[in-house]
Amino acid sequence: MITLSVNGNTVKVKSEPDTPLLWVLRDELKLTGTKYGCGVAQCGACTVHLDGLPRRSCVAPVGQLEGGEVTTIEGLSNKEIKALQEAWAVLDVPQCGYCQSGQLMTAAALLAEIPKPTDADIDSAMAGNVCRCATYVRIRAAIHLAAETMED
Amino acid sequence: MRFVNHLSDSLNGLVSRRGFMRGLGGLGAGLVISVKLGAAADAQRSGAAAVMQSDNAAETIDATGFVVIGDDDTVTVMIKHLEMGQGPYTGLCTLVAEELDADWAQMRAQGAPSNAALYKNLAFGMQGTGGSTAMANSYEQMRKAGATARAMLVAAAAQNWGVPESEITVVKGLVSHNKSGEHARFAELADQAAKLTPPQNVKLKDPSRFTLIGTTVPKLDTRAKSDGSAIYTIDVDPPEMLTVVIAHPPRFGAKAAKVDDSVARKVRGVTDVKVTPHGVAVYADGFWAAKKARDALKIEWDDSGAEMRGTDQLIAEYRKQAEQPGKKATERGTVESALSRAIKMLQAEYIFPYLAHAPMEPLDCAIEARNGACQAWFGSQLQTVDHKTIAKVMGLPEEKVKINTLFAGGSFGRRAQPAGDLAGEAAAALKALDRDAAIKLVWTREDDMRGGRYRPFTLHRMKAALDKGGNIISWDHVVVSQSIVKGSPFEAMIKDGIDPTMVEGADDLPYKMRNLRVTAHTMEVGVPVLWWRSVGHTHTAFATETFLDELLVGGRKDPLHGRIALLKDQPRYAGVLQAVGRAARWNGSKAGKDRARGVAVHKSFDTYVAQIAEVSRGPDGLPKVEKVWCAVDCGVAVNPEIIRAQMEGGIGFGLGAILFDEITLDQGRVTQGNFNDYRMLRIHEMPKVEVVIVKSMEKPTGVGEPGVPPIGPAVANAWRALTGKAVRRLPFTQQPKAVAKSKVRTT
Repeated sequence: MITLSVNGNTVKVKSEPDTPLLWVLRDELKLTGTKYGCGVAQCGACTVHLDGLPRRSCVAPVGQLEGGEVTTIEGLSNKEIKALQEAWAVLDVPQCGYCQSGQLMTAAALLAEIPKPTDADIDSAMAGNVCRCATYVRIRAAIHLAAETMED
Repeated sequence: MRFVNHLSDSLNGLVSRRGFMRGLGGLGAGLVISVKLGAAADAQRSGAAAVMQSDNAAETIDATGFVVIGDDDTVTVMIKHLEMGQGPYTGLCTLVAEELDADWAQMRAQGAPSNAALYKNLAFGMQGTGGSTAMANSYEQMRKAGATARAMLVAAAAQNWGVPESEITVVKGLVSHNKSGEHARFAELADQAAKLTPPQNVKLKDPSRFTLIGTTVPKLDTRAKSDGSAIYTIDVDPPEMLTVVIAHPPRFGAKAAKVDDSVARKVRGVTDVKVTPHGVAVYADGFWAAKKARDALKIEWDDSGAEMRGTDQLIAEYRKQAEQPGKKATERGTVESALSRAIKMLQAEYIFPYLAHAPMEPLDCAIEARNGACQAWFGSQLQTVDHKTIAKVMGLPEEKVKINTLFAGGSFGRRAQPAGDLAGEAAAALKALDRDAAIKLVWTREDDMRGGRYRPFTLHRMKAALDKGGNIISWDHVVVSQSIVKGSPFEAMIKDGIDPTMVEGADDLPYKMRNLRVTAHTMEVGVPVLWWRSVGHTHTAFATETFLDELLVGGRKDPLHGRIALLKDQPRYAGVLQAVGRAARWNGSKAGKDRARGVAVHKSFDTYVAQIAEVSRGPDGLPKVEKVWCAVDCGVAVNPEIIRAQMEGGIGFGLGAILFDEITLDQGRVTQGNFNDYRMLRIHEMPKVEVVIVKSMEKPTGVGEPGVPPIGPAVANAWRALTGKAVRRLPFTQQPKAVAKSKVRTT
């Protein structure tokens, strides 16, 4: 049985080891904020943090994650995500909203690494997250806004 | 009707056990203002409405149950339209709040259950969302609902306080009588107000008194969509629910002939495998087990009724058909007679691929059978069709069926299914179990990509002539495509043998042209098709606006001013062109050494949009779109930021499609399967966008779709200005193969 830390709680996973982390989170742990979009690491809707770094949970078999520390949109509460969520609200970023958990998880990891990202930084960090509603103009603006408002 | 009963029913349902109806948490014993509205004289009518209205229901709009006042002083508006990102939760709440004089902070939105009598789209005569009609058909209805509720609250206050109604004011949710110093919140008056007879003809505010309409109120669904708490169909998880993944036939129209499920059944978590009319369904305790087992099925497919043709063959057959005389969609003057005066001619063939909608949330539907009743939870877009379909498949009377409409993770037309495909497939999978159960049908991305219901593959042939002065003296336009509505409940839309969705945007060409003909051919192909964000306008705007652009330039006219000159009788088209020209400081197509600009204008769903795209040469020989200026005239701008966001999104959605996307067939099999070979536009490919909203007091029209049609031709026109290459086949990635040198031929 695989043991993980999920949002700070120790979890013993019952799913088969080949089950992608995404489906362990959603079906077993009932953490549904992390979304299924493609299943092949092409869209980023399933992005979580694994040991502090963004990771596509749809292609991460849980059997390979023994002892890993997983944080999902439900559990992330650092200054980066708080600033981003405020900025998302100010600019009303989401349309259908389905990809936004993944967008925010990736953006939070970006701000943790580069607190004042340039447009080029945003492009390279966020290019793996698809938004079919194409809210990209607002995602970009909101990341800049969050960077401005985030406490040092 | 006591609407509160309705609500408590749904609160007893599966979904509420997960406690996700947060917005209704405070409803409790909350009272309902039942509003009965008179006939909506302005209700939009369409061919669809005429078919779907078997009774005279549209004459009297029985709009009880739109406004629910909770004992916590929240005002919940039951939203009859699917929220798929285009903003009706916020937009329709704004209309109610405006007339109710509510405080925006007290407003809540809730998806209305399926109930055609209460919640029909006034443009369709059935419950459903599409054609960018949500705001247009609700504008008066929702304002009346708010005004009626306000009148009842004021009447209750007047009774309580023994003062004339005329002396009572309502400001930001506070009902006051200044002389006596009395005041009350809505919740304090709701009990009493609910006992009053709703007034029949409430007066609506003069637009000069609007305080919310025309302002950017914060969207109601942003927070839940930024912290993972918003519930979509895929998140619905009632106890003991099984996940179902279905093996669909690899060719459209094929059937399962022989199934070996021995390996599939051994996958841990799998409970059942059933052959259904839609394929082979695997039932398991979670998605992964169901998918793993589905992929382990060995199925022999019977292709005897299947579509076996490939894309190249379809192109050849469409071309052959285009040579034949088509059915006339419109004709002015005589195209042939003008040709004798022609100095120059231009002919072009355009090819538009099948396109998948590819919403971020693949299709899914949760459905439960308990004690002879059935309830479904999903992003239903044509609730009335889905409701009837479920009842039919389950063999239940319609009153034993209920649909709870949830947020949809995008749709772009995909969930508006005239044949109730998805609801029927889920119901059939539930029915196959032959017991009380709850299932959630989940399509994989590949199922979605290969599942059909595409924007129709379409071919256009165009021919035009210029006179000595460079004026267009004839315009002959042939469209070869598949019908979307044929065989559906919307079939009565077909006029003179032509499905209007094939020629919309072409047969109403706004430019002044004496000799014009548009003809159409309907092809029979076994690939199911559907409306795809802006429907026929996706290809007609491209064909007409790129062709016109070549003619203008060939006749030595400026693309922007040349258009405006042909639109003297079309002030709203000309208005958006002038506005976008000002915003972009248009000074011709050239924009420095390595950049060029293109313009396009198109009306769809009664909204006018003009765009100017500035492009440079990007990697892989494709255009890089640097910036897009966009002017939109959608009548009264109810929420300017939602309008801007829809224009931005429409531009990105349309741009990705014209650059990268096509669904192709190889001997009937779809070649593409996921986002690796059906590319989505990504953030680094998104242009800067500047949106100008043209001030208008016309009735509001939709914004969900109209941002899409102009972007393709605007980019193609810019590309032609930059490279001299006309784009005649989409997507742009086809250009190395199919590029045509733009040349207006001298006759």
